Amino acid sequence: MLDLAYAVLVAPFRDMAGAPTFMVEVLIGGLAAGLMYSLVALGFVLIYKASGVFNFSQGVMVLFAALTLVGLMERGAPLIAALLLTMVVMVALAFAIERVVLRPLVNQEQIILFMATIGLNFFLEGFGELVWGSNVKKLDVGIPDTSFMAWGVQVNRLELTAALTAAVLVAILAVFFQRTRVGRALRAVADDHEAALSIGIPLKTIWVVVWSVSGLVALVAGIMWGAKSGVQFSLSLIALKALPVLILGGFTSVPGAIVGGVLIGVGEKLGEVYWGPLVGGAIENWFAYVLALVFLLFRPQGLFGERIIERV
Amino acid sequence: MIYREAGQFKNTYASDQAIFPIVQDRVIVIGLLAAAFGVPLVATEYWLQAVLIPFLVYSLAALGLNLLTGYAGQVSLGTGGFMAVGAYSAFKLATAFPALPILVVFPLAGLAAALVGLLFGIPSLRIKGFYLAVATLASQFFLVWLFNKVAWFTNYASSGTITAPPRTVLGIMVTGPEATAGVRYVVMLALVMVFALIAKNLVRGRVGRCWMAIRDRDIAAEIIGIRPLRTKLLAFSVSSFYCGVAGAALVFLYYGSAETLAFDINLSFLVLFMVIIGGLGSILGSFLGAAFIVLVPIFLTNAPEALGLGMPVALQKHLELMVFGGLIVFFLIVEPHGLARLWQISKEKLRLWPFPH
Repeated sequence: MLDLAYAVLVAPFRDMAGAPTFMVEVLIGGLAAGLMYSLVALGFVLIYKASGVFNFSQGVMVLFAALTLVGLMERGAPLIAALLLTMVVMVALAFAIERVVLRPLVNQEQIILFMATIGLNFFLEGFGELVWGSNVKKLDVGIPDTSFMAWGVQVNRLELTAALTAAVLVAILAVFFQRTRVGRALRAVADDHEAALSIGIPLKTIWVVVWSVSGLVALVAGIMWGAKSGVQFSLSLIALKALPVLILGGFTSVPGAIVGGVLIGVGEKLGEVYWGPLVGGAIENWFAYVLALVFLLFRPQGLFGERIIERV
Repeated sequence: MIYREAGQFKNTYASDQAIFPIVQDRVIVIGLLAAAFGVPLVATEYWLQAVLIPFLVYSLAALGLNLLTGYAGQVSLGTGGFMAVGAYSAFKLATAFPALPILVVFPLAGLAAALVGLLFGIPSLRIKGFYLAVATLASQFFLVWLFNKVAWFTNYASSGTITAPPRTVLGIMVTGPEATAGVRYVVMLALVMVFALIAKNLVRGRVGRCWMAIRDRDIAAEIIGIRPLRTKLLAFSVSSFYCGVAGAALVFLYYGSAETLAFDINLSFLVLFMVIIGGLGSILGSFLGAAFIVLVPIFLTNAPEALGLGMPVALQKHLELMVFGGLIVFFLIVEPHGLARLWQISKEKLRLWPFPH
């Protein structure tokens, strides 16, 4: 019993203190992985904030964007042209989704919309692979997946780029939400659909905008993840990784997605490296969920989520 | 004209409380049941194994999830995990106590799943809606990982699979490789019948009304004296019980042997689809949804061949995914309340038929 307590409570920290450089590397790895999760979680947050739809198909949108990009490049398009074309495709997709899925389902319960996005998930998965093929593709955007040494610590170039991209993306989104006319309209819609409608904000346009933006965020996430692990079906499963980030950070908060992502990434890596061996490893799949779950018990609305005030 | 309750009077409380108050309904149900039990005499092995047995197994799981999501309003994505608990505990029980009758093993496995469900239902007291849905994913991933990792659950089998041991009921082989599809079908049908009856009575009674009150407005329910703690946890454990039995049946009566892969997140989504497409908060809906989800892929696989369109397997798989996804969206748009509502509407129409008013 004492041995167990020692193994759980003391030994991991002794290991950490014993090899500080290694621990910093683990931390940085976790940080980078966390920001990658955040990129995916951001797409969820955008849509949930503006339309109250829990978009399960975000993961497949990431896959779809990456597939389109790689597919276009394979057919000889230069990187820039392929990027622009993919952006056009994602915006077109947003239009199509609004017209075919969202508009007929206006005023339905949230769970119905959630299920509709799962249907969308299946559809996009089949469609993407039908058009572009289902073999694993390499995505090369000119960032080598190699490491360099900085102050005696190994840093991966790709992870660093991903981290910077995430930071830039969040900054752009913050400006977009706070400073532009459309951003203000988006926040108004998020606050109250009907009030927004009554002061003349076109709900349909707003939805298209939001889905387009989250499609573009999906493209960025797709590029980063695709460059890291190749473009393949398993890319869509990172949506499942982004969910604990989402509940930790709160469904409605952009900063929450980032902070949550970092917390989950770091927690997961630390857990895997220092506590994982105790239970036989491979705890990555559920550790994030349990972490988020324990956290939720104390703060049910997540870190930055809106506190739901209930009236009867 | 034919489907009409005119002239059927209820003279006793018992007749007023009947599940099927209309004679026509009773006739239909009894006829259906008789037909269902008669099916093994005429159906081929393929139909039993590929359509009817999975339909019954999934119906049971959908029934369980419907109690939780449809009646008590708690969205759960952990169905696969709870089914795994049922399957693995049934396997452990059946192999550790070979003398235990197999028909006792199923409810016991359900009880084990109920305990686990109780545990994972605790967060529902604090969190709601999608937060809860995501939180239940924790149970899904954790449980599957646990059964994968701890070799004790598979009796240290090197392949990591669990295989249904051969067991008999009244001298007839019902599980294991020698059990015929017909026998397994009949056992499954009997199980589903009993549990559907129990579920129907649960949701008509005090328990079900408490669940629905919590679903419709939890704070109001609390004020009129329904204890959220007990009600929600009861919903979680009863639902997990059903899922556990379904999981045990999945391995013992359908697959024969399985690994943890059979209980992954896709299973959870599949069952959730059944519940939503069939109709939330409807016992009949669970069956209709299960039938839909079981039949559509089979239809999609066989339709191109029947039409004489030969196509590559990969292309067909992708088309199947697209059609499946499209159908789900289509159904949600046309009838968000599920197939059960469609049935209700057609019943209303049938009462007037052939008159317009």
